Amino acid sequence: MSVDLSVDIAGLHLRNPFIAASGCFGYGVEYADLVDLSTLGGVAVKGLFLDAREGHPPTRIVETPSGMLNAIGLQGIGVRRFVAEKLPLLRAHGAVVIVNICGSTIDEYAEVARILDDADGVGALEVNISCPNIKKGGMMFGCSLQGTRDVVAAVRRVTRRPVIPKLTPNVTDVASFAAAARDAGADAVSLVNTFLAMAIDVETRRPKLSNVVGGLSGPAIRPIAVRMVHECRQAVDLPIIGMGGIMTTGDALEFIIAGATAVQVGTANFVDPFIWNKLVTGLTDYLQRHGLATVSDLVGTLDITDRDTVWTSS
Amino acid sequence: MPLDVDAVVVSNTHLSNDYNVLVLAAPAVASQVQPGQFVMVKPGVGDDPLLRRPFSVFEVLRDDARVTGLSLLNKRVGVTTRMLFALTPGDRIRCLGPLGRPFSVTEPPERAWMVAGGVGLAPFATLAAALRERNVKTTLFYGGRSATDLFHLDEFRQRGVSLTLATDDGSRGVQGNVTVPLARAFCDADRATPIRVYACGPTAMMRAVTELAATHGRAIEVSLEQVMGCGLGGCYSCVIPVQRDSGPARLVRSCLDGPVFDGGTVVWEQLG
Ligand SMILES: Cc1cc2nc3c(=O)[nH]c(=O)nc-3n(C[C@H](O)[C@H](O)[C@H](O)COP(=O)(O)O)c2cc1C
Repeated sequence: MSVDLSVDIAGLHLRNPFIAASGCFGYGVEYADLVDLSTLGGVAVKGLFLDAREGHPPTRIVETPSGMLNAIGLQGIGVRRFVAEKLPLLRAHGAVVIVNICGSTIDEYAEVARILDDADGVGALEVNISCPNIKKGGMMFGCSLQGTRDVVAAVRRVTRRPVIPKLTPNVTDVASFAAAARDAGADAVSLVNTFLAMAIDVETRRPKLSNVVGGLSGPAIRPIAVRMVHECRQAVDLPIIGMGGIMTTGDALEFIIAGATAVQVGTANFVDPFIWNKLVTGLTDYLQRHGLATVSDLVGTLDITDRDTVWTSS
Repeated sequence: MPLDVDAVVVSNTHLSNDYNVLVLAAPAVASQVQPGQFVMVKPGVGDDPLLRRPFSVFEVLRDDARVTGLSLLNKRVGVTTRMLFALTPGDRIRCLGPLGRPFSVTEPPERAWMVAGGVGLAPFATLAAALRERNVKTTLFYGGRSATDLFHLDEFRQRGVSLTLATDDGSRGVQGNVTVPLARAFCDADRATPIRVYACGPTAMMRAVTELAATHGRAIEVSLEQVMGCGLGGCYSCVIPVQRDSGPARLVRSCLDGPVFDGGTVVWEQLG
């Protein structure tokens, strides 16, 4: 039986649901010799501000049990150089490009979005309101419902591209943030970004990261991320791109069944840069085995009949 | 073009309580290796430890002319290096490479001075072989804690490399840091003879060697070790502060722009 892996999300057509996660795949072009970028569902590039940024001094990452902390600090070349130097290459490689946009102010988000609206080859804007390790911008907006609405609305006003706010898991009720994003005009949401976390060298009593705190990613966060996708799916009618610790096809399936139309893979790409083929093969096998013709036949098919869900937050 | 192979462990030779040489059957990777390049390895298939670790390629192994594999010089310090220490023949590990910018291999009449501290010996076996092919007169300045921490001396000698040794406890060679005999050699060297210095080891040692080389007007390349996430330019973890022209230092990815850098361009005081 032939199966169709393609998915449509927020007006984007993806060859398959597997997208390289922002910050874990450079600007995509770094991988073009190793991986045929056109075989990925999409490429979410490293977060971009208006201007170039140096990021945090090293040490920028530290491994933790089944995960890692990062505090890169959004080092980057700025949106204009990205448009001039990287975007044409990504287009030439046939990549579906999702640009992760950042700002220290709402005006900066809007300006970055406006510049990208004029550029050819931008598939969608992923609005990063969730970076946990920068002082201004990022999670500052994503931890407030009003901040979320303001950023999303400002970006919405200046672009025709799909707007996909990327939500932080560092809140009590992530579904209310998905709802705020929808109300402000988002086409989809992606979640989760990393969990604010910390590791200490007990011999020196110093934090292991130069930035003191950083974001936790990898398999350690997967069950929490799946739960958050599930909550958003239950509460809000908005397409979801799910992520957090996906290492295998089985992990990706959890997110899809919980309600994600597409998924992103970040940390796993560090461990296995050739993961993409394996995910595609694994998903094809799964769909065939379950007699499903398309991925959308699987999205949000979690069966919770006869199961009570008790929310413990109140 | 880097490849990822599931490499069989051919042998694991324990050199001491901490050091071992691991031979991997990875000919497709090994045959592409240039001196100073590295591989990203992961012993075990589980999620803990999760990430790969960068290792300099120690030797490219040949059977007659045919490349059969490569070896890694490992020192047991953390989780992954303990696993690498404990591997037995027949085990498999993931090995991705070769990666990174290699040393620039000099030509006569320039001489080569390789300066190694501890496990920083690793990139110099392949460099010595390449220098030998070009008939470059080569010296290895090599420092360790004690005589039992100095390895492969005969192999270097057989490749025509002159050795100058130093140990912290004085059990072999000069007592003290390897920079002690190196400083003396710089003073004794004929000004008219061009020398290129290559250094790998603890950061403080490479910084001291770079300063000595600058004082004596000699070219220097250093191989830096930075915590790495992917080895492919994807994560921006392994950055090094570098100054190539006037203006502020730039943080560049050591997996792509390094691990070998012109020592004079590294902003050592920002390296931590
Ligand atoms: C080194 C690193 C850098 C990241 N940079 C960004 C970024 O620039 N923008 C962003 O929205 N998310 C960034 N993230 C978060 C990932 O895109 C992803 O949301 C998170 O890591 C969870 O997925 P994973 O467990 O598959 O890595 C980064 C993650 C890592 C590990």
